[in-house]
Amino acid sequence: MNTAASRRADKFAIQVSELTRRFGHLTAVDHIELQVPYGEIFGLLGANGAGKSTLIKMLTTLLPPTSGSAEVGGFSVIRSPGEVRRRIGYVSQLLSADGALTGYENLRLSAKLYGLHKAERNALIGDALDFMGLTDSAHKLVKTYSGGMIRRLELAQAMLHRPAILFLDEPTLGLDPIARHTVWDRLLDLRRDYGMTVLITTHDMEEAETLCDKLAILHKGRISVAGKPVELRAGLGANKTMNDVFSHYAGGLIHDGGTFSAVAQTRRTAHRLG
Amino acid sequence: MKRFIRESSAIVEIELIKLARDPTELIARAVQPVLWLVIFGQVLAQVRGIHTGQMSYLAFITPGILAQSVLFSSIFYGIGIIWERDLGVVQKLLVSPARRSALLFGKAIAAGFRGIVQAVVIYLVALVMHVSIRLDPLAIAGVLSSVMLGSGIFATFSLIIACIVKTRERFMGIGQLLTMPMFFASNAIYPLNLMPSWLRLIAQVNPLTYLIDALRGLVIVGGENIFGYGLDFAVMLVVFSILLAIAVKLYPTLAV
Repeated sequence: MNTAASRRADKFAIQVSELTRRFGHLTAVDHIELQVPYGEIFGLLGANGAGKSTLIKMLTTLLPPTSGSAEVGGFSVIRSPGEVRRRIGYVSQLLSADGALTGYENLRLSAKLYGLHKAERNALIGDALDFMGLTDSAHKLVKTYSGGMIRRLELAQAMLHRPAILFLDEPTLGLDPIARHTVWDRLLDLRRDYGMTVLITTHDMEEAETLCDKLAILHKGRISVAGKPVELRAGLGANKTMNDVFSHYAGGLIHDGGTFSAVAQTRRTAHRLG
Repeated sequence: MKRFIRESSAIVEIELIKLARDPTELIARAVQPVLWLVIFGQVLAQVRGIHTGQMSYLAFITPGILAQSVLFSSIFYGIGIIWERDLGVVQKLLVSPARRSALLFGKAIAAGFRGIVQAVVIYLVALVMHVSIRLDPLAIAGVLSSVMLGSGIFATFSLIIACIVKTRERFMGIGQLLTMPMFFASNAIYPLNLMPSWLRLIAQVNPLTYLIDALRGLVIVGGENIFGYGLDFAVMLVVFSILLAIAVKLYPTLAV
């Protein structure tokens, strides 16, 4: 296991330099520079099509970069993707928990894929279920869960092997306010109890301001600004909100960006959440 | 090796749990081969137009129909992968440190278990229809191995198609396009020596032919194994290994 306590001496959990990804003529991520210290909750904001998901896919080894470099947990996503995978947890924008399995069975699958020893497997699954408040529902089929419960189960899957770094791609998308706040509480608990570094993408300004120590706003594949939420607001003048910050740096609040498949994915997730 | 087995068995386990909870698809897929045996087999047995040596026509086509059910139940396996991609399951699996080859091998083994359920149905129907079936342990073990291997081949082929086409609509079209030509360009319902030379050539590069050849000797009392079990299993193993290697390369592209 790669607990946060046993992390490497490196200062940064995520170090990105000149990272670029092109799809034909489209440059989805354009020479990005990024450093996230261990233990920080770092938010990536941006309109649809800004490059957030492409960036997170490269950092989680799902997508090879076109150029540049990225180190996650001290290992290169290009040269040592296996080492990176051992050190990260990932919650996709989509609802990826298997509805035909129980919560416990979903967790057991993750435990086996992450190589948790049989002796410790049940204890870790029990801890994760307890941490996420799902113990009573552990043996119910996931298709009977509410949207908030599914998201908490996915967080439980992502934290099961005690990763040093969690990647969350719009984890509260489509959740009602109560479920959203519960997920936020659990994320803050994860950082407090396990010292996990969290990189989260979001469209939600309240989420960004409540959760994140630091933010970066992406626009057309580039980071247009980065800093602490309070600094970003102050930078625009008195009484400015995060909406104003986003509007200023991301080219407006209403945006028609995003591919057909990205929008379809978002709708599918919202539909599954009911 | 231990790690590979653990990762593959994790995939097999969840596939089997899901199959046990909802066997609808499996039951539906068992109907077609039963119809082939009960209707097509019996009617053609009356015609006596196809020379099958000492064997009755019904006995001749029983292994062919078993292979057909293996083919049909495995070739649409890829559609499940497209569902998993759309639900984010593929991305989650690929972000785990599990080896991609283990994940796909697990899928192939799970397809094999589906194939075995089909084989049980065919055996029961064939026994009811008084086909002389070999029930000795060696033959049963051979049938189980060849059904697992055959299912693995066609399920992995299906995964490759899924990785290339990426949408359910395209996949269904291509799946339909492939199954019947593969079936007819094999020794399932007529012997190779009745085929025109061009078709025999295609049949000899069709892995389904080798599955049927192995099954014909292993399932039927007095069934003729033309190529030899060694060649049949060698061809199937080589084809499976090549397809698995291709699938391992293509599988990550589903997450993009």
